[in-house]
Amino acid sequence: MPTEAAIVVSGLRKSYGSLEAVRGIDFTVERGEVFAMLGPNGAGKTTTVEILEGYRTRSAGDVRVLGHDPARNETALKQRMGIVLQETGLPQYLTVREVVAMFAGYYPSPRDVDEVIGLVGLEESSGKRVVSLSGGQRRRLDLAVALAGDPELLFLDEPTTGFDPSARRQAWETVRALTGLGKTILLTTHFMDEAETLAHRVAIINRGEIVASGSPETLGARGLEASVIRFGLPAGVEPPASLGLRRAGPGATWELDSSSPTRALHELTGWAVAGGIELIGLEVSRPSLEDVYLELTREAEGSEPATSGGEDAA
Amino acid sequence: MSTLALTLRQVRFENRSFWRNPAAAFFTFVFPLMFMVIFNVLLGGTKPIGGGLRIADFYTPGIIVFGLVTATYTNIAMMVTTSRDLGILKRMRGTPLPTVAYLGGRILHAIGIAFLLVIIVALFGAIFYGVRFPWDRLPALVLTLMVGAASFCALGLAVSGLIPNADSAPAIVQFTVLPLNFVSNVFVDMRSAPEWLNVVSRIFPIRPFADTMLAIWNPLTSGNGIDLGNLAVIAAWGLAGLLVAVRFFSWEPRR
Repeated sequence: MPTEAAIVVSGLRKSYGSLEAVRGIDFTVERGEVFAMLGPNGAGKTTTVEILEGYRTRSAGDVRVLGHDPARNETALKQRMGIVLQETGLPQYLTVREVVAMFAGYYPSPRDVDEVIGLVGLEESSGKRVVSLSGGQRRRLDLAVALAGDPELLFLDEPTTGFDPSARRQAWETVRALTGLGKTILLTTHFMDEAETLAHRVAIINRGEIVASGSPETLGARGLEASVIRFGLPAGVEPPASLGLRRAGPGATWELDSSSPTRALHELTGWAVAGGIELIGLEVSRPSLEDVYLELTREAEGSEPATSGGEDAA
Repeated sequence: MSTLALTLRQVRFENRSFWRNPAAAFFTFVFPLMFMVIFNVLLGGTKPIGGGLRIADFYTPGIIVFGLVTATYTNIAMMVTTSRDLGILKRMRGTPLPTVAYLGGRILHAIGIAFLLVIIVALFGAIFYGVRFPWDRLPALVLTLMVGAASFCALGLAVSGLIPNADSAPAIVQFTVLPLNFVSNVFVDMRSAPEWLNVVSRIFPIRPFADTMLAIWNPLTSGNGIDLGNLAVIAAWGLAGLLVAVRFFSWEPRR
């Protein structure tokens, strides 16, 4: 079965009463891949992931996780996956090491307890009780607990929400290390940079539907062809109208959208060099995943009633 | 590992957690003893209450019942609701650990604590008030304690399924258990109570449990102390509790 995809979802729907939280989703996650579901709060990410984890039943569609139907609540499946949920507690008075060891004991071939603790960077806190850990340390322990059974497939539901920037970098390093071990990871996030950095493939989900999917690079190039050239001019200098520049906000910052940035830059710098003018902070940027994301999630706005709250509705 | 081995492993983790919170552990044992002292001091421990018994002869089995119900029913209801709200149950649900092993571990540990409490209260009564331990009715005592502990654990699980959140758990649990303690020969001698109240209180599980324990502790009654009628009422409540628990048990917080 190694050729079989880790997760196959087709036509997945989930309704809570009259609210349709997930409205026909299809995607496949290959083995060894990091797949990110990116979307705003209430988009249906958590609902989808919790169906894959076996916590929720689906209203329609077909779902296979490591060849199993997660709705059947099979031990054989649970032995092969690890879950990091958004909000979960742990026994308060056990130490980090005891907690990891306790969970490791539930699996047929667990990873070494100290190795797991090292992987999430909690070596120095391994003798500390859960109750005395900081928020960031607890989140790392969440990950350690999910890794204790050495799972093939890992679900990470908004793993870095509430982290400070350095803790996020650290978490990303851990996820990269896991990819190196050949794990399949399904990640949900509402941080563009997280999806961009970690994922091989990204699905942008909005109002219960996948509105775009692909690698972060191909998604970044989608729709918005134009590159943006941005620079500042010394006070009192006005560029010629022939260059097609526009003012970007207050001050002397200018922008130029161009689908052929090489030529545009040549014209611009030609004009500047001829006039002895310095282009302050000159930069050329390609549309980022963030731009695409904002455009795609904005496009859909107003077409349907808001689904906020649907995410956690039970 | 077998389910039994996993269950016993959970008991060990539960036990370690329990004793690591010394304040909680201490008051679990001190609370019933405090009632024992208050009632005996207030009402005069050696004062006769008729039938050849003294106040302390009434309160030793009474407080044992109170302690056992607290350590099983109240404890399980609170603990399960709190773990549910903290997301611990949901996390456990995502692991291969069988439900039976997880909940079984908690229940076995609660029963262990309850039995320890029974021994402490019985010792306390024997040492300070000369209340004789019913060695001659040990089989009846063990049987009644086991039926009681199992049934009150099941009822604790059942009520946790009906409690909306951990904040409301103490109020709801006390509402269900405190009035019964007053009308079930636990805190108050029911011989002088109106007949209708006696009839009503016999419907609920604490009264038959307390009555059986009183009879076991009473040296002036005859028989082996096994009251099948009372045990049947307690067990019926336990079974009903189990059915409600299976139907309404929730792995996730209710918000």
